[in-house]
Amino acid sequence: MSGVLVVIEQRDGAIGRISWEAVAAGKFLGTKIGVDVGAAVIGAATESAAAQLSAKALAKVVRIEHALLAQYTSDGYSLALEQFIAQDKPEYVIFPHTYQVRDFVPALATRFGEMLISDVIAIADGPVFARQLLQGRLQGSYRHTGTGPCLVSVQAGAFRADALEAGSAQVSRFTPALDAAQIRTRPEPPFRGSEQTIDLGSAQLIVSVGRGIKDAENLPLVQELAKALGAELAASRPICDNGWLPMERQVGSSGQTVSPRLYLAVGISGAIQHLVGMKGAQCIAAINKDPDAPIFEVADYGIVGDLFEVVPALTEAVKAAKG
Amino acid sequence: MKIIVAIKQVPERDAQVRIDPVGKWIEELDVQFALNESDAYALEEALQLKEKHGGEVIVISAGPERAGQVIREALAKGADRGIHIEADDLGSRDALGVARLLAAAIQPENPDLVLAGLQSEDLGLGQTGVILAELLGFPHSSLILHVDVTAKGLKVKRELEEGWFQSIELPLPAVLAIQSGGNKLRYATLMGIKRAKTKEVRRASAGELGADASPVVILEGISLPQKQRSTQILPGSPKEASAALVEKLRFEARVL
Ligand SMILES: Cc1cc2nc3c(=O)[nH]c(=O)nc-3n(C[C@H](O)[C@H](O)[C@H](O)COP(=O)(O)OP(=O)(O)OC[C@H]3O[C@@H](n4cnc5c(N)ncnc54)[C@H](O)[C@@H]3O)c2cc1C
Ligand SMILES: Nc1ncnc2c1ncn2[C@@H]1O[C@H](COP(=O)(O)O)[C@@H](O)[C@H]1O
Repeated sequence: MSGVLVVIEQRDGAIGRISWEAVAAGKFLGTKIGVDVGAAVIGAATESAAAQLSAKALAKVVRIEHALLAQYTSDGYSLALEQFIAQDKPEYVIFPHTYQVRDFVPALATRFGEMLISDVIAIADGPVFARQLLQGRLQGSYRHTGTGPCLVSVQAGAFRADALEAGSAQVSRFTPALDAAQIRTRPEPPFRGSEQTIDLGSAQLIVSVGRGIKDAENLPLVQELAKALGAELAASRPICDNGWLPMERQVGSSGQTVSPRLYLAVGISGAIQHLVGMKGAQCIAAINKDPDAPIFEVADYGIVGDLFEVVPALTEAVKAAKG
Repeated sequence: MKIIVAIKQVPERDAQVRIDPVGKWIEELDVQFALNESDAYALEEALQLKEKHGGEVIVISAGPERAGQVIREALAKGADRGIHIEADDLGSRDALGVARLLAAAIQPENPDLVLAGLQSEDLGLGQTGVILAELLGFPHSSLILHVDVTAKGLKVKRELEEGWFQSIELPLPAVLAIQSGGNKLRYATLMGIKRAKTKEVRRASAGELGADASPVVILEGISLPQKQRSTQILPGSPKEASAALVEKLRFEARVL
């Protein structure tokens, strides 16, 4: 076993940013332990993605291609990659931590008697892999002790994709042996959720509310602050899960991505799935009673206190400033 | 339909956590425990399926003595019986090891459907359900918000990124990892709590299940996250801090 293999995700030939970040993580690890780094792409038409990968400084690019891989299925992807890993014998296999990876890589790892070290945010000497615990309040260091391949997925934003060196990697093809009967699930084409009537994506000022608000009947408190600021109201997932605000106001990995001038987070802890949706804001302010809340890791300004006292005071201060 | 729901007891969300002296886990004596959020949704989905189609809902949890609390809570909400895998050494098992324990206890039950939560709030591995499917040899799907029973098996609604969804058909028996938010959660009624006392909770020890416990991944230590960006914390009373924030937003950040 040797080398690092990065398995990227593509959609119609397009490679998402998190996949490039996985390539960067693979390169980082490969340099650290002094081994070659290759990349693989899975699908029924992988030529375009492979061409983009081959323009980077990689030891090789592999197209794992089969007509039965046209649509993602856990069975199809697990079987295909299981066969390739068995042949290629990489020591490390790196994935972007996407919903697709969550869905099949744990099953793939199990076939090798291994487990996925998921949602990794840093790689230190050892190698030791760091990942968040307790929703970002703590961090754990994990080490692989198994004898098979070590599978790792990396969190969005943890590695920098923009520093990838150019190169010209050899592209090869791998055709897995697949049979339609082995694929037990039948996926239908993706569809959009609710009507999109609010464009949070282009909002300049956003007040966003989280579970700290405790109850739907307390929402007018933040609605008034939003009104005083002339801001759109947004929310973390649990608020929309509870039906207190419509899902189209949800910010995060399964909701909207926003990049306002100001994002004011009220009673939001700052879980990674929320942060990926708002980290791009020009200025972030947070109100939270917990001084150790992870939201303060990304906030420019913070008020540590009870939102039920702070929000009304802030609404007054905004009104006073506006005259 | 015989449905098994894997439920985990985790530290309460607002718990103030402290790292233990050996730096391997948190001081558990400090914290209150609760049912993992997505597991509550998995339980709710199971109870609704039973109400529509009949059958039995069995909850299973691996953990120390205290994990009995979440089993009783699930029984009070309407689960029919519980299985408690008593294990004090879960911290030294990896996800594969925990899933092997669960699979060993689930297998003899021959369920039609196994539900797990998508992700535990403490370890956040997001994979025990999928591993369980592989160990049981069942098809699976994860990030599931809604389940319909069809003539051929199941049709489920799966969440994708950025507000997209997808329907997936799969045959039974199957494993689903349930995402939070698909249903409205019920509360236990007084009657439910009373009836729960008469329901069966079978105890199985990790030893008698005979599952392999040697880890392939070990948690070497835990630490506080390194601070990335420095937040300016605005001190004072709510009124003072608010006035200072408005001032900063207008004249320093210039976003108002
Ligand atoms: C696959 C997946 C996708 C997800 N997608 C999303 C997504 O798109 N968007 C999203 O937001 N989440 C998403 N989540 C959920 C995410 O992991 C968190 O659970 C969620 O963001 C937490 O929301 P919250 O911060 O409002 O609640 P909590 O984490 O419960 O935080 C509440 C905060 O309020 C503070 N607080 C409590 N009372 C007060 C008070 N009186 N005054 C001041 N502060 C107070 C607390 O200190 C705490 O920090 C996803 C999770 C998964 C697994
Ligand atoms: N000790 C346990 N006992 C019962 N179920 C568990 C246990 N650990 C994990 N699970 C289940 O697996 C899901 C995913 O957990 P994790 O892989 O740790 O994120 C949880 O939501 C539970 O449904």
